[in-house]
Amino acid sequence: EKTRSSFSTKLNDLVARYRKIDEEFFEDLEEVLIQADVGVMTVMDLIEELEMEAKRQNIKDAADLREVISEKLVEIYADEDNTAEAPVNMQSDGLTVFLFVGVNGVGKTTTIGKMAHQLKQQGKKVLLVAGDTFRAGAIEQLAVWGERAEVDVIKHNAGSDPAAVIYDGIQAAKSRGVDVLLCDTAGRLQNKVNLMNELSKVKRVIEREIPGAPHEVLLVLDATTGQNALSQAKTFSQATDVSGIVLTKLDGTAKGGIVLAIRKELKIPVKYVGLGEQMNDLEKFDPHAFVYGLFSDMLEKE
Amino acid sequence: MAFEGLAERLQNTIKKMTGKGKVSEQDVKEMAREVRLALLEADVNFKVVKDFIKKIKERAVGQEVMNSLTPGQQIIKIVKEELTDLMGGEQSKIAVSERPPTVIMMVGLQGAGKTTTTGKLANLLRKKHNRKPLLVAADVYRPAAINQLETIGKQLNLPVFSKGTDANPVDIANDAIAHAKEEHYDYVLIDTAGRLHTDENLMTELREIKENVDPAEILLVVDSMTGQDAVNVAESFDEQLAVSGVILTKLDNDNRGGAALSIRAVTQKPIKYAGMGEKLDELEVFHPERMASRILGMGDVLSLIEKA
Ligand SMILES: Nc1nc2c(ncn2[C@@H]2O[C@H](COP(=O)(O)OP(=O)(O)OP(=O)(O)O)[C@@H](O)[C@H]2O)c(=O)[nH]1
Ligand SMILES: Nc1nc2c(ncn2[C@@H]2O[C@H](COP(=O)(O)OP(=O)(O)OP(=O)(O)O)[C@@H](O)[C@H]2O)c(=O)[nH]1
Ligand SMILES: [Mg+2]
Ligand SMILES: [Mg+2]
Repeated sequence: EKTRSSFSTKLNDLVARYRKIDEEFFEDLEEVLIQADVGVMTVMDLIEELEMEAKRQNIKDAADLREVISEKLVEIYADEDNTAEAPVNMQSDGLTVFLFVGVNGVGKTTTIGKMAHQLKQQGKKVLLVAGDTFRAGAIEQLAVWGERAEVDVIKHNAGSDPAAVIYDGIQAAKSRGVDVLLCDTAGRLQNKVNLMNELSKVKRVIEREIPGAPHEVLLVLDATTGQNALSQAKTFSQATDVSGIVLTKLDGTAKGGIVLAIRKELKIPVKYVGLGEQMNDLEKFDPHAFVYGLFSDMLEKE
Repeated sequence: MAFEGLAERLQNTIKKMTGKGKVSEQDVKEMAREVRLALLEADVNFKVVKDFIKKIKERAVGQEVMNSLTPGQQIIKIVKEELTDLMGGEQSKIAVSERPPTVIMMVGLQGAGKTTTTGKLANLLRKKHNRKPLLVAADVYRPAAINQLETIGKQLNLPVFSKGTDANPVDIANDAIAHAKEEHYDYVLIDTAGRLHTDENLMTELREIKENVDPAEILLVVDSMTGQDAVNVAESFDEQLAVSGVILTKLDNDNRGGAALSIRAVTQKPIKYAGMGEKLDELEVFHPERMASRILGMGDVLSLIEKA
């Protein structure tokens, strides 16, 4: 509640900076959202709705449009009363399995390292499994993260079958009484049918070995990605039934606004954000801070 | 829906316009709107789009369109011409220093594809240009980055120069050049760590490497899926380092790759190569006119023009 009201206050401040609701105001708003990589159609729809509302209520003064704008903006990331952060499906007892998927270079392996550290700090017993057997140095990279977070890593040789190493990871997790198993996979572009089938197979192995697992399929998205992220979300969902998004590299200048379009079209929530390359640079997603961040440039411009 | 090409977008407007003989201002406006949306959906930067649309509009109200029997097609032709022009007419080549070795620095954001592309480029230089390249592992930050480059070197049967993760990247680069001179390598490809353009310390490190090794090329590696931020990144890297060219990666995706246009427009630097896959032989010379077609789904557009 508290974050919500402070969010509205900030938005109100923002809108207050514009005295008149004219074409220029809407143009500015449109540019800000486009620049943040919010889906083009999502932006156009939103602007159209706002313009109609302004006309309908005969609003001329920016201040009078505040309410409407904050309402609409909140609506683009949350449905009805669902403004709370999306919870992560962690089993209270027994093994929890997370599967990480995504295109090349987005930050899957790094996110696993960060999450391993975080869970370990919370007193959980964590195990990693090196399901990327393809990319040069991928297994070694995960092994370094295992050392940093002080958790074990199950690995096979480079070039071996990813489903087989995931299977071994599950068996090891079971026999060692692990709380959370984090499964890395190789990056793959969503238009590579064979590679997407391979990923579905990995998921089926997990499903078969542990009823109810994987408890989260996390699609890792790079915040610098533009409209293509929507197609990534669609195709990875078809192949692996994605349950949440990790939005990485938000420490850069990109805003990652495309997750709004993803949320709107596919109903997939963002669960975590990556804010750097170090162990502690992973945080729970805060929708209010995020939406507000989309407009920070508009604020600074004034 | 998401990647509807320009052709589909323009179809209705064109239908209305053909046979009418004359184009109204309203027609041009509608056209411009469709072109704008198509470019934005292709991730072309909004400022670049703005300038571009202005140019198109100017030409569209001119004689060539007004007097044409097929004004719709005429406008598409203009779009294609302007776009190809913006992308930079001809392909450009990789530099060769008069005195070997030719030094190339690979720079860019995290995960863009620098390390992989370093391997690919070395492979290309050896295969196509008959050169003897040395790979240099100057990323001491990312876990297993050196191991990654060494593995790539092994796969290609090419030597990799490294000094472990405790060495300073500037020293690594300097020593690598000395080594290359001794061993008569004619190309030195330096793989640097991914970094944000806003990271002052790490950008300073790149400038220091540059001052020390005097590279013939500084190639900015950019992920073709990058959205609006591509402009900030390219502009900033160029300001701080004066890059000599760009390599666009992951173009084996089905995205439109509007980032190419944005980067080209703001930096004027040539895009030299395109990464077309994860394998080490999947690097191609960049073709500006193909990219122009791709950004707007022009394959379809061209067939529309022919039908006219
Ligand atoms: N600035 C920043 N860099 C990040 C973040 N997350 C990951 N990275 C960097 O992005 C690069 C790629 O990260 P990886 O974890 O290797 O990505 P991946 O998805 O596993 O890559 P592949 O396995 O090759 O597909 C590395 O240099 C990471 O340090 C983040 O939140 N912020
Ligand atoms: N499909 C495809 N994948 C690519 C291409 N180029 C690179 N990759 C993949 O992208 C991911 C990142 O590549 P890297 O070479 O590690 O990127 P980098 O820029 O060196 O990353 P950092 O050193 O962490 O900044 C890897 O999974 C590569 O296999 C390409 O052209 N197509
Ligand atoms: Mg990885
Ligand atoms: Mg690298």
